[in-house]
Amino acid sequence: MIRTSGVGLRHGPLQSFRKIRESDSQLSHAGRRTKELFLKALATPYNRAHHVFAVFTAGATFLLIIAGALVTSNDAGLSVPDWPTTFGSLTKMPHMVGGVKFEHGHRMVAEFVGVLTIILAIWTWRVERRRWLRLLAVAGVGTVIAQGILGGITVLHMLPPAISTAHAALAQTFFCIAVLIALFTGRRWIEEQPRIEFDTRSPSLITLTWLSVFVLYVQLILGAMFRHHGIGWVPHVLHAAVVAFVLSWTAVRALSQFSHVDEVRTPAVTMLSLMIVQLCLGFTAFLTRVAWGHGAVQPELPMVISTVAHVAVGALLLATAIVLAVQVWRHVPVAFEEEVPTVERKAVAA
Amino acid sequence: MATRLQERCSDIMNRKTLAMLGVLALLGLLLLAACSKKNTSEEQSSSPTSESQPPTASTPIDPSTAATVSGTAKFDGTAPKPPKIDMSQDPACKGDNTAETVVVKDGDLANVFVYVKDGLGNRSFDVPKDSVVLDQKGCRYHPHVLAVMAGQNVEIKNDDPTTHNIHPTPKDNREWNESQPPSAAPLQKTFAREEIMLPVKCNQHPWMKMYVNVVKSPFYAVTGPDGKYEIKGLPPGDYTLAFVHEKLGEQDQKVTVAPKDSKTVDTTFKAGGM
Repeated sequence: MIRTSGVGLRHGPLQSFRKIRESDSQLSHAGRRTKELFLKALATPYNRAHHVFAVFTAGATFLLIIAGALVTSNDAGLSVPDWPTTFGSLTKMPHMVGGVKFEHGHRMVAEFVGVLTIILAIWTWRVERRRWLRLLAVAGVGTVIAQGILGGITVLHMLPPAISTAHAALAQTFFCIAVLIALFTGRRWIEEQPRIEFDTRSPSLITLTWLSVFVLYVQLILGAMFRHHGIGWVPHVLHAAVVAFVLSWTAVRALSQFSHVDEVRTPAVTMLSLMIVQLCLGFTAFLTRVAWGHGAVQPELPMVISTVAHVAVGALLLATAIVLAVQVWRHVPVAFEEEVPTVERKAVAA
Repeated sequence: MATRLQERCSDIMNRKTLAMLGVLALLGLLLLAACSKKNTSEEQSSSPTSESQPPTASTPIDPSTAATVSGTAKFDGTAPKPPKIDMSQDPACKGDNTAETVVVKDGDLANVFVYVKDGLGNRSFDVPKDSVVLDQKGCRYHPHVLAVMAGQNVEIKNDDPTTHNIHPTPKDNREWNESQPPSAAPLQKTFAREEIMLPVKCNQHPWMKMYVNVVKSPFYAVTGPDGKYEIKGLPPGDYTLAFVHEKLGEQDQKVTVAPKDSKTVDTTFKAGGM
């Protein structure tokens, strides 16, 4: 075996194009695919209107998450007992009082976001040359449809914890898709030449960022299960310590090693800030809902505000972690040493 | 060339498989939603027959030997201040805005469900033909604690100028959730199985909560604002009497009644039980 010093492609479609071309002959099938994706990215012109619409869709999705959190926090999930109709009608506006204003309001925002998602997918399909992005936009439509159906099932089955949890988790997954589409259609992503900084430390930053996304997703599921009475608060609170550790580790690594890369520094700082805010909100939500609000005759304003804010900041935190992971994947590829079998090398020399 | 063709084919196949799986997942969810709705409506339409108890001959009780048990539920300690309800979410909701969680007046505790928990053996009893009325008025339930026999009809009325939804969340009975607009016809419902302190709520007005108690015998009562209760027509025997409160829990007492006996059984709930 001979150790050849060099840099291989462990990940990332958008490393320096020159670098990819140099090592073209050594690229695997996956490598060729990523190169193809990169070429298509270069060929895509920036479309301002399309990008603004994608940002608007992501913003509307964030409002939808807040609307959904208001339904749960106000215990209004079953104030409209039927679905897909509302009190037997698809078009008639109900009297928007009590729990109905939260539940039907949530349905109205959801329908609006559904329409936005379909328009975004059609628009993306028409103007976008990156096939993977067109597929991501179509996946967004599939996710929003599945989300609507899950919402219906949970109403018809009187909010079973498993379905309500899936509804909550898929909501934030869809939000992340919307945020990613907004990121990928941005001028900076399309027109910039990525600045490459190779990561030589172990575990790599990309591993840490995906680990952050994973622990956040687990935390999202545990939180949703607690909110929907599937489990107690202990797993969610214990896992918060794990999340805080992993996210801090990731952010510190990103900032200590790659603070000069704007695309890594900004989401890392945002993630760290949001994590601190989220921990404070989690503590407040625990006090208002579990410690002081236990046995309250109705949801009180402090518990509604703290829990809704906790859900909203949680969604922002997950989306930021995913943006960080994607930017690290783009700007900070892993350097590694490639091992070439001696026999093969001899054969080439001969 | 052949390898490239092979890769391309496998690529297309993978995409097709993924697309197919996605479509199948969506279809599955749609099917699940459709089945859910169908099942719910089937359950609702079949509920009167499926929930009715099979007719069994009731055990006759000699009225000339029947005894009476009565008494008072007391609250020991400082009564908690009734929490305020914020009804501002619905302008149609007007009325008393204090919760009925623990209602104490001069030491007497209201809304305690009292029933013969044990001692009746295998006796069976006719289900009363009269309906028990549950009224929604002033965006509150009247009464706050209701008692019925299993299979007995409950008539649910809405006397408010706003829509309510009635949503029992039982452990042993079937859960349902129906809306009732103003001036709508009363809902007729039954509960098939015995269940104590079965919570009922309105998701449109989250402060609206009440409890239904479903028992197999007619020997039960709910304490009034004066804390008093009375159970009549009890055959002579040894019984366990249970006093159940939504917040203060359950207290059991043994009682023996002779023919034509009239016994007084009081109970006291302590403030620390909350």
